[in-house]
Amino acid sequence: MDLTKVVSLSISLTIFFFVVWLIKERRLREKYALLWLFTSLFIILLTISRRVLEITALSVGISYPPSLLFLIGVLFLLMVAIGQSVSLSRLSQSNHKLAQEVALLRKTVTSNINCKKQQDNC
Amino acid sequence: MRFRGNGKVLVIVPAFNEAANLRAVAEDLRCFTGDVLVVDDGSTDGTAALAEKLGLMCVSHPFNLGIGGTIQTGLKYAFENGYELAIQFDGDGQHRADQIDLIVGPYRNGAADLVIGSRTLPGGYKMGRARWLGSRFFFRLIKLLSGKAIYDPTSGFRCYGRKAILLFSQYYPDDYPEVECIITAARYGLTILEIPVLMRPRLSGCSSINRRKSAYYMLKVSLALIVDSMRSTPALEDAEPWI
Repeated sequence: MDLTKVVSLSISLTIFFFVVWLIKERRLREKYALLWLFTSLFIILLTISRRVLEITALSVGISYPPSLLFLIGVLFLLMVAIGQSVSLSRLSQSNHKLAQEVALLRKTVTSNINCKKQQDNC
Repeated sequence: MRFRGNGKVLVIVPAFNEAANLRAVAEDLRCFTGDVLVVDDGSTDGTAALAEKLGLMCVSHPFNLGIGGTIQTGLKYAFENGYELAIQFDGDGQHRADQIDLIVGPYRNGAADLVIGSRTLPGGYKMGRARWLGSRFFFRLIKLLSGKAIYDPTSGFRCYGRKAILLFSQYYPDDYPEVECIITAARYGLTILEIPVLMRPRLSGCSSINRRKSAYYMLKVSLALIVDSMRSTPALEDAEPWI
């Protein structure tokens, strides 16, 4: 085994175990956990066998296999970023709604309390 | 034609750090017969406490939501508490209580569900040049997208009839909502009317839109207008709670 393989394998294994640890600690929701688990497995697969990448690249007409890797990586990150923006928008929308509900509920509660106080005074 | 306009009226005063202006606004609104609700958008200068002291109703957001969310909270309150009319009345002292009857008029006689108090029609107050250019641009865009001619689409002095309250308590744009909600209203078939009103120059503080932000503002609102005019019109959840 050459040095580059050792280095890349240890990096990809670290990523894999980091993801597993995050899931174990419940810091990642299942939805995202699965995504990152498969991603890290894919990275491990690529480091173990360089042939996989070479064969795929050549079969789709890419003569320099690493550029296929970059293409996949960039597209993947782009999709993930868009997905994050979508969930962020959804979250801020529900946050917005909650803040309004809290404001209105607090108003109802305080006016009920004031009403009760007035009744008690009589 | 059904007789309308006899129900409760709520004046919604959006306020973000307006403690310096609120006293004058409350004084101005004293002659108005109806409820006044200050919507404090997470102010840090004691706006809410001052509003209570001045004898106004007040709801407070736990943190800052922006002008869209603030108006919407007021409209949700109006909706839940059975108000027939809501008036948007800025907390910075620009709007005049003696002009409220003017913008309520078209709702009462059945001519409009949403009335906009306009500064550009004859008799209004003079706005800055940049704001005027922006208004012209939005005038054209709104005309193109909805066929409505609104000369002062950024005016925040408005009267919402019950249809508008129902609609906007469910769908109201987040930031810079004034222009976009005209398109939303048109999409839902609300009648919109503009009435010339008098306004004052601001008492203190400055407009939320400065020169640096205005390019972003134009772009963001234009996009929002175009996208909004492409939306479908899903049925509103709760119909006619006042009848």
